[in-house]
Amino acid sequence: MSIAEAEASELQLESEQLVGRWADARQRLLRNPGAVVGIVLILLFVLVAVFAPLLAPYDPTEQDLSIIRPGVYPGPSAEHWLGVDQLGRDILSRIIYGARSSLLIGVVSVGFGAAIGLTLGALAGAFGGWADTLTMRGMDMMLAIPGLLLAIGVAAAIGRSQLSVMIAIGVVNVPIFARLLRGSMLSQRESDYVLAARALGVRRGRIVLGHIVPNSIAPVIVQATLALATAIIDAAGLAYLGLGSDDPGAPEWGRMLAETQSFLQNAPHAAIFPGLAIVISCLGFYLLGEGLREAIDPKFRR
Amino acid sequence: MLKFTVRRLIQLVPILIGLSILVFIWIRALPGGGPAEALLGERATPEAVARIRELYGLDRPLWQQYLTYVESVARFDFGQSIVSRRNITTEISERFPATIELSLAAMIFAAGIGIPLGFVAAKRYLGWIDQLSVAGSLLGVAIPVFFLGLLLKYVFAVKLHWLPTVGRSDATSTALHPTGFYVLDAIITNDRVALVDAVRHLILPAIALGTIPLAIITRITRAAVLDVVNEDYVRTARAKGLGPRVVDRRHVLRNAMLPVITIIGLQTGLLLSGAILTETVFAWGGMGQWMYQAITFRDYAVLQAGILFLAIVFVLVNLLVDLSYAVLDPRIRVR
Repeated sequence: MSIAEAEASELQLESEQLVGRWADARQRLLRNPGAVVGIVLILLFVLVAVFAPLLAPYDPTEQDLSIIRPGVYPGPSAEHWLGVDQLGRDILSRIIYGARSSLLIGVVSVGFGAAIGLTLGALAGAFGGWADTLTMRGMDMMLAIPGLLLAIGVAAAIGRSQLSVMIAIGVVNVPIFARLLRGSMLSQRESDYVLAARALGVRRGRIVLGHIVPNSIAPVIVQATLALATAIIDAAGLAYLGLGSDDPGAPEWGRMLAETQSFLQNAPHAAIFPGLAIVISCLGFYLLGEGLREAIDPKFRR
Repeated sequence: MLKFTVRRLIQLVPILIGLSILVFIWIRALPGGGPAEALLGERATPEAVARIRELYGLDRPLWQQYLTYVESVARFDFGQSIVSRRNITTEISERFPATIELSLAAMIFAAGIGIPLGFVAAKRYLGWIDQLSVAGSLLGVAIPVFFLGLLLKYVFAVKLHWLPTVGRSDATSTALHPTGFYVLDAIITNDRVALVDAVRHLILPAIALGTIPLAIITRITRAAVLDVVNEDYVRTARAKGLGPRVVDRRHVLRNAMLPVITIIGLQTGLLLSGAILTETVFAWGGMGQWMYQAITFRDYAVLQAGILFLAIVFVLVNLLVDLSYAVLDPRIRVR
């Protein structure tokens, strides 16, 4: 067998093994009731966000001033299933549109943070040496500031907008992903199959991209799922602190909670329903994340 | 141990330098033109801008500006708040005790319930307490602090009138506050009414803030105990005829506590900054509420001081965690 043949058959074995491993993981995932609940919640959340204009019974910014009086903000009724807020806006419609902004912020910020973090982590892990030291010390520095504080700083510096919330939360995620991928790559680098590939003369770039990165990616997927939950909570937190979108009428879950805070006595529903929306969507991502962790690495099953 | 301490202290230097550079650049990246305009706010007069430029040497080269900045921070001189016109260092010294008090109360709540709960859950592995604790700790991390705070406030303060809704003490209270820690103050001055009042105000915010660490501590304790109960030394201890209580206390708990203590330390550091949201919900007069006001009024002088101060505290708390961990587990020191 020539070296090329050996390499080819090895690669084939590798990919078969990979398919087997992912299929196994998928089976384990679908047998985990928690993960299935998580998937259902996420699907629900995504569907609501995507089809918001079709699902929402009212315009989220439309005010019906005829049904509210100072101190009287009707709760759930046949016309307004979840009641109206202090400006007479339909809460259900606002929650449905709020799902859009939550999902958008979550996906964009985690995607942005993961893209930069993974690139930095992969470069540090692949090259080692001073590039590694420099990158990782930089990441340590960012981790030295608690996440919410860092996000507040970034959002305050860029100014109030949805984009700045995405950047702020994305920045918080950068060092987390960089560290994770680098650590995972370092442990893969010492493994036997990398040694084998190197002995066969496979080029370094190909070893890194074709072997090490795919094998290091499992924890990254778990982290990305969990990061989505955190991103939704953090985005709501920033909106709650007044660092959300610059459009004061924009339906954001965190802002809805902040606005109704002073009407708690008269309109508890206006705070409770958006809060539940945050909890349910986060729970979905946490459940799926935990399920994925167990499915990919059965040692975690506890 | 001394060597380890010195090594960790040296590692602190680049982090602190990096932090100061980050905040220094951050002030210069703020909207509103130059740093003087950002620090003075929107209604700054040209004279005031000129004075600040002079004061901070903003017309000099960047590296000189940085040195001036580090020097003033090292002297704990953060300048003045735009909104209150008061010295920022004075405000920090008034507000930081409130945040520490709240964070400590939250941590006592979290560890006081989380450790026993995690232990019992692990001992009854897959029993109903265990299942409940796993589900509860999942819910605990998924529920945002400010939402939980609002719920607690609505149920226990607005509806049931059991506890006060906001603040650290009753508006009519005339209690003395020599230290700024209201509970401690009441004990020192032997003022029973003030003590009850301070504790009553503390309960809801502490529960709201303590729920995430409670969930995490429960989980970590459970996992740690599950790890340890299958160790050889636990089997040996049982085999040599020790009673189950002695085995639990001396062999299981003591070894399982190491990761739990680390997580308690790390979470305490996070609580100090996580208090921003809780303090806002309960109008708790600490660092968090102060920074919330700074965000609302774009008081960047306060915001930069608050971020830098809390980040430094966070780094120092993590250092203490590392050191205490090395005391507890000698293996760490040689690494």
